[in-house]
Amino acid sequence: MELQVIEKSDFDLFVQNLINNYPVEGVKRKNGAFYYGPIKSAEELCLDFDCTKIPPNKTYFLPPEETLLRFTTAPSLEVTPVIETNPYIIFGVHPYDLKAINQMDQVFARGVPDPHYLKRREAALIIGVDPTKVTPRSFWADMEADAVSDGFDLMLTDIRDRFVVEIGSDKGRALLAQYGTARPATKDEARKRVKIRSQVSHLCKQRGLTFPKREIPKLLERSEETLLWEEKASKCLSCGTCNLVCPTCYCFDVLDDVELDLVHGERIRRWDGCLLQDFAKVATGENFRETKASRYRHRFYRKGLYLFRVLNDVACVGCGRCASACLADIADPVDVFNKLKEDEQ
Amino acid sequence: MNQSALEVSPYLPQWAEISRIEDLTASEKLFEMHLVSGEPLGHEPGQFVELSVMGIGEAPISVSSPPRGNNSFELAIRKVGNLTNAVHSLNIGDRVGIRGPFGTHFPTEETKGKDLLLVAGGIGLVPLRSFIHFVLDRRDEYGEITILFGARNPSEQLFLDELKQWEKREDIDYLETVDRADPKWKGNVGVITTLFLKIDFDPSKTYCIVVGPPVMYRFVILEAKAKGIPDAQIFLSLERRMKCGVGKCGHCQINHIYVCQDGPVFRYSDIFDIEEAL
Repeated sequence: MELQVIEKSDFDLFVQNLINNYPVEGVKRKNGAFYYGPIKSAEELCLDFDCTKIPPNKTYFLPPEETLLRFTTAPSLEVTPVIETNPYIIFGVHPYDLKAINQMDQVFARGVPDPHYLKRREAALIIGVDPTKVTPRSFWADMEADAVSDGFDLMLTDIRDRFVVEIGSDKGRALLAQYGTARPATKDEARKRVKIRSQVSHLCKQRGLTFPKREIPKLLERSEETLLWEEKASKCLSCGTCNLVCPTCYCFDVLDDVELDLVHGERIRRWDGCLLQDFAKVATGENFRETKASRYRHRFYRKGLYLFRVLNDVACVGCGRCASACLADIADPVDVFNKLKEDEQ
Repeated sequence: MNQSALEVSPYLPQWAEISRIEDLTASEKLFEMHLVSGEPLGHEPGQFVELSVMGIGEAPISVSSPPRGNNSFELAIRKVGNLTNAVHSLNIGDRVGIRGPFGTHFPTEETKGKDLLLVAGGIGLVPLRSFIHFVLDRRDEYGEITILFGARNPSEQLFLDELKQWEKREDIDYLETVDRADPKWKGNVGVITTLFLKIDFDPSKTYCIVVGPPVMYRFVILEAKAKGIPDAQIFLSLERRMKCGVGKCGHCQINHIYVCQDGPVFRYSDIFDIEEAL
């Protein structure tokens, strides 16, 4: 592992140099919450956030809506794919979100690759940062998402008066060398980094799973018939907010958006959510997941069992966004998984 | 990853030009078309395409014709939503977008030399017709062939000329029924499973291929099993909302299965224990 150090006194200049040379996106505070957005000055960049409302991959790689194709219908039918490739920097991504990014990269690359996602992902330089705070619903430490070994170009850890910077790629090394003032980390600084990381992980473990994460897939396999799905889903508003804020939810709809001239238009991809009532409905009216319980259950099975078969890992990183955002407060995976476990005993 | 593969959008359709339109029923039309590129579609019986009208949208439609050496293919389309309404208003010479073909196909090779029991309910005849034509074009390569077709009422029968031809053929058995008769109807009345009482086959060498509405599968499969056909010799084609066709968008997911990639044609023994499948 290659560790460098950048002094806090040099840090703003590093950020400013990046801003001068790249579009830089990062975390900003807005109305007491945290969102990703364009960073125009070093002061604007927030690195001590607990969790953003919307995860970075669903701000940039799979945005709420994106153009897949542009077309004209007259005088002749013409269609052009829209695939973006301009380099940009995402500054300030927590390890659990990096883990979600790594998982989403896999699903968009496997089978038929999706260049609309992959090109935008490839063009991004990611500067990760270790969290210093946790939300009341975070449980990423229990989901083994408190550290990742790849998916970032640089990874920062705040050790009070300086940042330790892990080099994650050649691009990251070049970025730091060209725009920052860094030196190799001392053994003491490296130890300090480990200590600070474990302190935050410990803080995150104040609440969490009562059993090891690896048991989740088997637990779900045994829980198809439990009444918990019905019980929880009876309060579900079918609003899809849990899908919307989730960094590993990537379902989408494909639809056409036509200009008023009825000649020019775009085929767009827009987020969809499996908790929404019509998600599995076909044209003839048959709805293959008609009940709230079937949709609620599907989401947990998709995270904990179906995608597990693809990723060899549970597709929940413990960010706690769904739990924080759910109006009916039924989405918390910690509550659900612990209850399933408890009911078995 | 291959760089060139990354440049090609899987959502980019090719153009196809409509060369023939035939009214099938009050709400279904048959569209014959060919790719403007001159290439064949390259499909197998049972596969589907994503059909688009630019500005309206896209929907999964099964190919109703078998691959036949010429470059044209047929889509039989029920007018039921935005896209299919728009398609019904198109004329000969108009162009539509085509992606695909996608998905698995009926077992054309595995069934060679075996007996076939082909069961279609309503619009399920549309995908199954590609396989029926495929085997009738190679009649000698297959054993006994029995076709069962059920419609809700006589006015919902599709491909009437073809049904009559099948009825006349000596080398196949064709039986049909309607759930509700009209005054002119002289044939069988009752749900499709009632036709099982009128046929005889050797279950050990029979493959049962079923396509119809969700409710039909349960009952037809029960009949087929009761007659002794092994689960591994029962195939079905499942309808779901295949939106992207490339295993990403999540709409067609049945537990861990993506119907657009792992289906739409499934072997019953592979899915009988999957909770959301049937």
